[in-house]
Amino acid sequence: MVTNIFKKLKTEAPFHIVKRTDIPRWKKWVIRLVTVLVSLLLCGIISSILKPNSFGTFFDEMFKGTFSTPRRIVNLFQETAMLLCIALAVTPAFKMKFWNIGAEGQVLMGALMCATCMRYMGGSVADPVIIIVALVASVAGGAVWGAIPAIFKAKWNTNETLFTLMMNYIAMGLIAFIITVWVPSGSGVVGIIRYGQFPRLGQYPYILNIIIVAVLVVIMYIYLRFSKHGYELSVVGESVNTAKYIGINVRKVIVRTMILSGALCGIAGWLLVGGTSYTISTSIVAGRGFTAILISWLAHFNPIAMVISSFLIAFLSQGSMQAASTFGFGGSFPNIITAVFFFLVIASEFFISYRIKLRRKMNVEGEEIQPSKLEKFDNSITEFFANIENKIFRLFTKRKTKTVADNSVAAVENECLQIPATSQTDDLTATIQNSDCAEVSDKEVQE
Amino acid sequence: MKKKVLAFVLAIALVAALAIGLVACNQTEREVNLQAIEKENIKIGLICLHDENSTYDANFINAMNEAVENLGLNKETQLVIRTNISESEACYNAAVDLVEDGCNIIFADSFGHEDYIMQAAWEYPDVRFCHATGTKAHTAKYGNYYNAFASIYEGRYLAGVVAGMKLNEMIAAGKFTAAEAKMGYVGAFTYAEVISGYTSFYLGAKSVCPTVTMDVTFTGSWYDEVAEGESATNLINRGCKLISQHADSWGAPNACKTAGVPNVTYNISTKTECPDSYLVHSRINWAPYYEYIVNSAINNTEIAYDWTGTIETGSVIVEDYGKTVAAGTEAAVNEAKAKLIAGTLNVFDTANFTVNGKAVTTYLADVDTDAAFAGDTEAIVNGIFKESFFRSAPYFALQIDGITLLNQAFGN
Repeated sequence: MVTNIFKKLKTEAPFHIVKRTDIPRWKKWVIRLVTVLVSLLLCGIISSILKPNSFGTFFDEMFKGTFSTPRRIVNLFQETAMLLCIALAVTPAFKMKFWNIGAEGQVLMGALMCATCMRYMGGSVADPVIIIVALVASVAGGAVWGAIPAIFKAKWNTNETLFTLMMNYIAMGLIAFIITVWVPSGSGVVGIIRYGQFPRLGQYPYILNIIIVAVLVVIMYIYLRFSKHGYELSVVGESVNTAKYIGINVRKVIVRTMILSGALCGIAGWLLVGGTSYTISTSIVAGRGFTAILISWLAHFNPIAMVISSFLIAFLSQGSMQAASTFGFGGSFPNIITAVFFFLVIASEFFISYRIKLRRKMNVEGEEIQPSKLEKFDNSITEFFANIENKIFRLFTKRKTKTVADNSVAAVENECLQIPATSQTDDLTATIQNSDCAEVSDKEVQE
Repeated sequence: MKKKVLAFVLAIALVAALAIGLVACNQTEREVNLQAIEKENIKIGLICLHDENSTYDANFINAMNEAVENLGLNKETQLVIRTNISESEACYNAAVDLVEDGCNIIFADSFGHEDYIMQAAWEYPDVRFCHATGTKAHTAKYGNYYNAFASIYEGRYLAGVVAGMKLNEMIAAGKFTAAEAKMGYVGAFTYAEVISGYTSFYLGAKSVCPTVTMDVTFTGSWYDEVAEGESATNLINRGCKLISQHADSWGAPNACKTAGVPNVTYNISTKTECPDSYLVHSRINWAPYYEYIVNSAINNTEIAYDWTGTIETGSVIVEDYGKTVAAGTEAAVNEAKAKLIAGTLNVFDTANFTVNGKAVTTYLADVDTDAAFAGDTEAIVNGIFKESFFRSAPYFALQIDGITLLNQAFGN
């Protein structure tokens, strides 16, 4: 009896998930934009639930906290730069499908190396020398912390997710220990280290950090998009077997990419200590190592898109911090706001890539039963949005569009044609995808 | 080849940026020029590590509201409170942001804020910066940066008297023997401020209940609700009959409420929330200091680099007795309080405690903070350890007999 129910449930799931291939690029961006706006709206609603009549002032505070003075704008870009730097760092690893959850620890190691240089070289060596030596040390620190799990993965195929995660706690423990050595009074506060601080460009601090990260964005974009290394790591990410088949040394690529990832995290640590806090603590990275992973994924590993996603996150967190401070919402409020944002945006990415299809009900003879109310509802909604989309599209392009049905088939074909051009892993993977697409479009046509 | 050229160009750009910056920034000289501020132009910026949910910060915020009211300032326009400012560049950012917002008195409430407040104070010589629990103002002598604290060890001592009375009552009721009278204490760090606090609390209890001992455990964080609750529960399970704490969340009070164990709180009263376990609370009332700095700004009089509030200034407060305190508690506390004010009773009288079985005759306290954290000032004068005398922030860091440290936590 019970198994029967299970069988029934299993075979007659009310819906299934299908990969979407029919959304044109402009439509994806419209969806994303709408999602961002909806999430902001939702944040405003949350705010007005917590404090009645704060809907308008919430947005006021959001913008006041981020854009009202030049200093706040600089702080906003500084936070963007820090998130972006770490997001850039984890990107090559994730593109290789190496789950580097250890950015937090790698940044901490970079930060520790930088603080060590500042502390022990300070006073005896000129500041520019300390800054450059600290850069080298931080890069080395981060790279070693990234390379250890990579070597284990390459040699013994250990689980990199757990390994990198655990490395975070080792880094934290190490820093906590070193703080007790440096500050025997027990306060746990290292305080500002006077030497080796980045120079201030102009009136406001952090400008140099922002410039350095901007340069890194360009370098990483070029590296991932046009270099041989970037190509290799994305092939390894797509399919290890394919990579082996075309003669890529997978182990070498894994270790090399993780060294790069760790080194960039080291740079982030260098920026955080030398150019931002001038001190070290276990909470100096403040969870950015994890947020950065989401930023990287949301941007589909595109460094330029990461600028947008990290900026949005920095805006939300800084702005909602201001709102929380003004309204007395408490320290968790910014987290709630960013969580709402992530939740909606990730959901929208899901619905951009996949669609949920309701299962048509069959009777015993295998004939189709009339669509249920729910299905009708679903269909009418789809039609409704399709109509709106068409209207918007016409508005923008002033081109006559085809009917929805024609459009989807045409779009599938278009996507199929586009893949070799846009994908990096052209030849091999593209052919595989091509055949996938062919099948999909065949099916669509039959339907 | 293209890559190499690009890398080279970028490296050059970076080095050039650094060089420009080094020329641009070179600050050594500055002039402090503090002016009298008219009362209606006063604008206070308060920087808090956490928010009202933390008992520590709630204490600062409540006192600020009280002081603003006492001074007749407008709470809406003359006070800005920034909460959840971590002990990092966030504090510097908040401070300079408040200055740009028109604040002319900045106050920060957490120890780790100090260096960042000093950084801001250096950049804005015409704004007064005050900092609770800090140690560096009297040596840095910035001219616009000041530390403050209170002789809270006296308040803790009085709270200890309340605890000792309660233990006596429970012993008399036959709940446990005099030898079993053990208290538990949840501390944040093995740091002078905490050590001074639990030692004075213990000495207060010992003054009325001579057999009392105490277990101390550290959470390694100033604010960790889960760890504080667990630590309190652990202490209770180890046989502690009464709990007090020096950490900022509701963790320990709630654990005591659940276990039905008497609790002496710090910073806030939990009388309404935990009526059956709450005994009394001690706290620093910051309102007198706030009023002092605002009045100093209005009259353009100098603010002390290192201000210590006392029972007399109304800065040290033990009040709001719970319904379960032992009979005669209030009278005993008032008696001790009068003696403390008169100077006939000294909390850290070396006659009242021993270290490793021996009386202490000399102790070099680290009053002037330096990189080596070495002692520099003899703290024991005429057989009395002079706490909060050479500097407002506590420096008593002896581990006296009768107190057992279950663990230690020096850094976060």
